[in-house]
Amino acid sequence: MAQPLAFILDVPETPGDQSQEPSPYDESEVHDSFHQLIQEQSQWVAQEGLELQQREQEATGSGQQTLRRPEDTQSTATLRILASMPSRTIGRSRGAIISQYYSRTVQLRRRSSRPLLGNFVLSARPTLRLYDLELDPTAREEEEKQSLLVKELQSLAVAQRDHMLRGMPLSLAEKRSLREKSRTPMGKWRGQRGGGGLCSCCGRLRYACVLALHSLGLALLSGLQALTPWRYALKRIGGQFGSSVLSYFLFLKTLLAFNALLLLLLVAFIMGPQVAFPPTLPGPAPVCTGLELLTGTGCFTHTVMFYGHYSNATLNQPCGSPLDGSQCTPRAGGLPYNMPLAYLYTVGAGFFITCITLVYSMAHSFGESYRVGSTSGIHAITIFCSWDYKVTQKRASRLQQDNIRTRLKELLAEWQLRQSPRSVCGRLRQAAALGLAWLLCLGTALGCAVAVHVFSEFLIQSPEAAGQEAALLVLPLVVGLLNLGAPYLCRVLAALEPHDSPVLEVYVAICRNLILKLAILGTLCYHWLGRRVAVLQGQCWEEIISEKKLKRRRKPEFDIARNVLELIYGQTLTWLGVLFSPLLPAVQIIKLLLVFYIKKEGEDKIFLINKLHSIYERKEREERSRVGTTEETAAPPALLTEERDD
Amino acid sequence: MGGSGSRLSKELLAEYQDLTFLTKQEILLSVHVVLAPHLVDNEQQARSGNEHTGKPIAENTNSSPLSTRAHRRFCELLPQEQRSVEESLLAQVPFEQILSLPELKANPFKERICRVFSTSPTRDSLSFEDFLDLLSVFSDTATPDIKSHYAFRIFDFDDDGTLNREDLSRLVNCLTGEGEDTRLSASEMKQLIDNILEESDIDRDGTINLSEFQHVISRSPDFASSFKIVL
Repeated sequence: MAQPLAFILDVPETPGDQSQEPSPYDESEVHDSFHQLIQEQSQWVAQEGLELQQREQEATGSGQQTLRRPEDTQSTATLRILASMPSRTIGRSRGAIISQYYSRTVQLRRRSSRPLLGNFVLSARPTLRLYDLELDPTAREEEEKQSLLVKELQSLAVAQRDHMLRGMPLSLAEKRSLREKSRTPMGKWRGQRGGGGLCSCCGRLRYACVLALHSLGLALLSGLQALTPWRYALKRIGGQFGSSVLSYFLFLKTLLAFNALLLLLLVAFIMGPQVAFPPTLPGPAPVCTGLELLTGTGCFTHTVMFYGHYSNATLNQPCGSPLDGSQCTPRAGGLPYNMPLAYLYTVGAGFFITCITLVYSMAHSFGESYRVGSTSGIHAITIFCSWDYKVTQKRASRLQQDNIRTRLKELLAEWQLRQSPRSVCGRLRQAAALGLAWLLCLGTALGCAVAVHVFSEFLIQSPEAAGQEAALLVLPLVVGLLNLGAPYLCRVLAALEPHDSPVLEVYVAICRNLILKLAILGTLCYHWLGRRVAVLQGQCWEEIISEKKLKRRRKPEFDIARNVLELIYGQTLTWLGVLFSPLLPAVQIIKLLLVFYIKKEGEDKIFLINKLHSIYERKEREERSRVGTTEETAAPPALLTEERDD
Repeated sequence: MGGSGSRLSKELLAEYQDLTFLTKQEILLSVHVVLAPHLVDNEQQARSGNEHTGKPIAENTNSSPLSTRAHRRFCELLPQEQRSVEESLLAQVPFEQILSLPELKANPFKERICRVFSTSPTRDSLSFEDFLDLLSVFSDTATPDIKSHYAFRIFDFDDDGTLNREDLSRLVNCLTGEGEDTRLSASEMKQLIDNILEESDIDRDGTINLSEFQHVISRSPDFASSFKIVL
């Protein structure tokens, strides 16, 4: 090979880079240019081979011909093999090569004065540099490169081709032209297989099948997306309030799904058979008064709402002789349905499915959301990733800007603090403050638990209170008040204590809330299961406990972390209560639906109030700025319509 | 591209579905949103006596879930308006119209987004296919790779292929608000940019290139979910 090698090392020539020497990070750049070199060489060699053949046909000496030809072909083939070796192409997908070539041709075509973005990475390597364009923009080169890209696409299967095209950061028009060009092999392929008529028929049939499946898949996907409930409402909430509020509503939707699943199982396997074969009541049914909806006792006691009512025997076809509790002699051909077994299996299966689903989704989202090294580089991540593009209202956008500004200032302050390390005295003081706050919170939790315990003991001891229905409401009221008041105290304490990172603050707050709720719940459970059961005789203990659980409803207020915790608390109660009352998931579903609509309306109202407030503020500002002139500000209705367009 | 109106729309729709990350409903919706103002005049001329056009198109914008309605309107329009739809697909929509969409109106990066996705020579208008590109990149199912690529281009205010200090400071100003009272102070800005370059500039050249940017992005799990626009 007489021609000297033109080794083009594509070191970018942007102004900032001129002083840089190739570092170890540039290895893929070297690969890239090497690959390019090999390609160009192989093309050049192929051309040279042709020329040589032409020349040799004129010249004499067949020996030279035979000598030269295998060498040429070998060198071309060798180069081609070398070009596809893993050492040349490791870590890089074919798409990267294709895209790279195509991007260069695109920019050549654009002939923009400013160098545009020349490289995009589809590989895992993070250190590819940009490619500056110092190539000679000849049309022939563009054509070659485009044909190379098209050839590469043609060698892929249709689905893979579409997948690759979709992932390329090119404009839609270019993608369409590429797709058109790479579509021709169908004709070629058919032409190649044109020998057997059967083969072409098969091929066409297969192609038609693939197309039909493809369109079916697309239709299914769009259908599924259209079916998701509340899609538009969630989009509006996301647009008005951002992703964090949206995540609360998504969590609510997930809980609804869990409850619906549980309800389905229970209705199908436990309530259904029981309703179909009702047992005889022990005495006359009590009269229903209005208080049942709150207390859950009274005329509800002997219905399918509570497991105490369910038979603990095997259900059969209706017996000839009416017996209570003892076995009926089964008629010929009747299928026995063992209620206790059904209860055990259904509840067990429901919990098992819920547990598996939860664990799977947790693992899945953890895999998606955990990033190695995510604690470092917090400034860059905040700047690049914190803007929520879903926001569509100006006010929400301004709120986001405020939040980001506050966060940046906090980050900078923390960074300053870390630069100047605290003295031993300061650290001791910080530790003391933290310890005191924790002590107070734990003390609050303990105090609440003791209060609940003492109060329930008092209720048991006093004989007249035990009999009345309304007195049953007092304990839940007390517990509710404690649940309202204690978290506020914890929040006040959290505001006073010093913390290094806001994330830690949130975790500490969640922990404290959880400890408080667990303490109260634990006391109540102990009280119900341990003490009251021992005291009261003759009443089914499951009924009493399930009655108690039905009472625990109160109206929550909106603050994202607290409301998420409320949802979790309510769901825990439901899952505990399912052991005692099968209709509790239905009650929980109704409650969640109510919460969804109430909160949505509440947020809309808050949003409206904020909007009116901002209108008022703007009006005030305008009036202040026009002091001294006789001009009037715009009429309020016009201002309102203007704001409504936001 | 020829043949009867209905076949054209199906083929074109399928092609758009294959080449972008959008679903059929989203594509038809965006047809409505972008092309409706162009088609209103044509429709009013062509269907002076038709009851179908009782409701003006302008009402059918993003204020209601209208995938099926948009589809119906598109099909109604298509047989008679085939030529104008074809032309409309190639028509260039000026930036003002795109920027007035509610999805983009409140976004501080709206001008940059329009400029990045525009393929016109003067880069001041978007064709319908550019708009589809935009929606595709910002959709749910787009890969993080393509999102980070376009995010880099959006943040590159001077279009030189890297993020230098000037780009970063303009980016921070967009994020915090342009007003005098909302900007960071000069010392804070300098400190912040120093920290960002410290954390993300691996080759220490004073700028952030695409790979370094993508490396930073890959460390954040929130990027893919926040870099989304839903039509």
